[in-house]
Amino acid sequence: MPLQSLDIKRRSATTTESTQARTPIEVAKLIDVSTCIGCKACQVACSEWNELREEVGENIGVYDNPTDLSAQAWTVMRFSEVETAGKLEWLIRKDGCMHCADPGCLKSCPSPGAIIQYKNGIVDFNEEFCIGCGYCVTGCPFNIPRISKEDGKAYKCSLCSDRVAVGQEPACVKTCPTGAISFGSKEDMTELAARRVEDLKSRGYENAGLYDPAGVGGTHVMYVLHHADKPELYSGLRKDPSISPMVSLWKGVTKPLATLAMASVVLGSLFHYVTKGPNEVSRKVEEEIEKEDAQ
Amino acid sequence: MIRDPKDLKRYTASERANHWVVGMSFILLALSGLSFFHPAFFPLNQLFGGPVWARILHPYVGVLMAVSFLIIFLRFFKLNVMTKRDIDWLKRAHEMVNGNDHNMPEQGKYNGGQKALFWALGICMFLMTVSGILIWRAYFHFDITAVRLGVLVHAAVASVMIGMITVHVYAAIWVKGTIRAMWYGTVTRAWAKQHHRGWYRQVTGK
Repeated sequence: MPLQSLDIKRRSATTTESTQARTPIEVAKLIDVSTCIGCKACQVACSEWNELREEVGENIGVYDNPTDLSAQAWTVMRFSEVETAGKLEWLIRKDGCMHCADPGCLKSCPSPGAIIQYKNGIVDFNEEFCIGCGYCVTGCPFNIPRISKEDGKAYKCSLCSDRVAVGQEPACVKTCPTGAISFGSKEDMTELAARRVEDLKSRGYENAGLYDPAGVGGTHVMYVLHHADKPELYSGLRKDPSISPMVSLWKGVTKPLATLAMASVVLGSLFHYVTKGPNEVSRKVEEEIEKEDAQ
Repeated sequence: MIRDPKDLKRYTASERANHWVVGMSFILLALSGLSFFHPAFFPLNQLFGGPVWARILHPYVGVLMAVSFLIIFLRFFKLNVMTKRDIDWLKRAHEMVNGNDHNMPEQGKYNGGQKALFWALGICMFLMTVSGILIWRAYFHFDITAVRLGVLVHAAVASVMIGMITVHVYAAIWVKGTIRAMWYGTVTRAWAKQHHRGWYRQVTGK
């Protein structure tokens, strides 16, 4: 942590600057959907490295297992069978945190330092400071964080920030048998993606492209998609995601303004008292009552 | 505990207790809620045993406030029906705030300002309860759009409500002889004649 603490770009619920001296490079994980075979080795590697064990679930008739992300499953493969131009396609997407450059979770979190964004782009939860309010879930445009039923804290993929901090690639990248997951500088990954997209286009996937949505400032987990024009085909991957306007309004300038308004009501009251004086019963009315009593 | 047998009874013991439950739960809610509202207020959660406890306790206190507010609302709504006299009062409210209440129209048990506040707080409390349920993750799991609307409404209405309660409390401090009505339920005849002459006539027959 002492070294990593120098590499924090932003922390949740903090209105002053984080450490800005060092400038490490931005990293990215590139998931090439077109070369993924859905073997789930990445899921296993994730659970091994991060010491997570999701309960053994039930087969629901499709390959998805576990069926959803959870505090014990930070990445899951989502399988969808799609018919495009009379051809069945089996689209498999490794779902998990996208590590947005403009993270909705961090923006929403009320607990100082419970969510941090490293300068290399990784968005990490510091569960020690998590208070379990679920605001990160409310703020996330990708529906990623999960609140643990056991301890009430929020969990999600850390992009193996511990491994990356010591120069290793994330566990899922290390284990992928087809090389569908790559890791490196964001610049290198963007270049690699461009080569893959070119290859896919030459094979007839005209709409192949890189998924690095600008609406959230770009992401540090990117996809190469054969149908980049229709990301929803991949188990509902959002097209043009961005932080909900309701969340931006909730966490934007409105709060400092509301704080100012509340403070001015309190101060206004105080100065009203000081300038206008108390509202007391007039001497006249008091005398009328005293006269009644004397009778 | 009768100070002056001629004092006028404004609130029964049960009404006073009801008001105090609402008041205390409001204070607890405002302090714990503000701690999540903006980082500047985050240290307030220490009053509740830390941020996690503040997060756990806040909604339960909210339930207490919603229920006790509903009871007080049902008890007093008939007395708070707006009349033309109240509108006239509200139109002249700035004169009173400026320190001159000589031209204020005669008021019953509650004046136009109190009535307006009563209904505004009723609307706020309704919105706070509904939005609070939407975002109470320990028990409820609503659609994400509803939850997003919930957090927005909860924060916005809370700040309006804190402002209105501040005015409510200040009015009681400003108008001398009012706070005792909340403590032991009575007011002096002079107070009633000055501020609520209609009510004064009604209860004294003068």
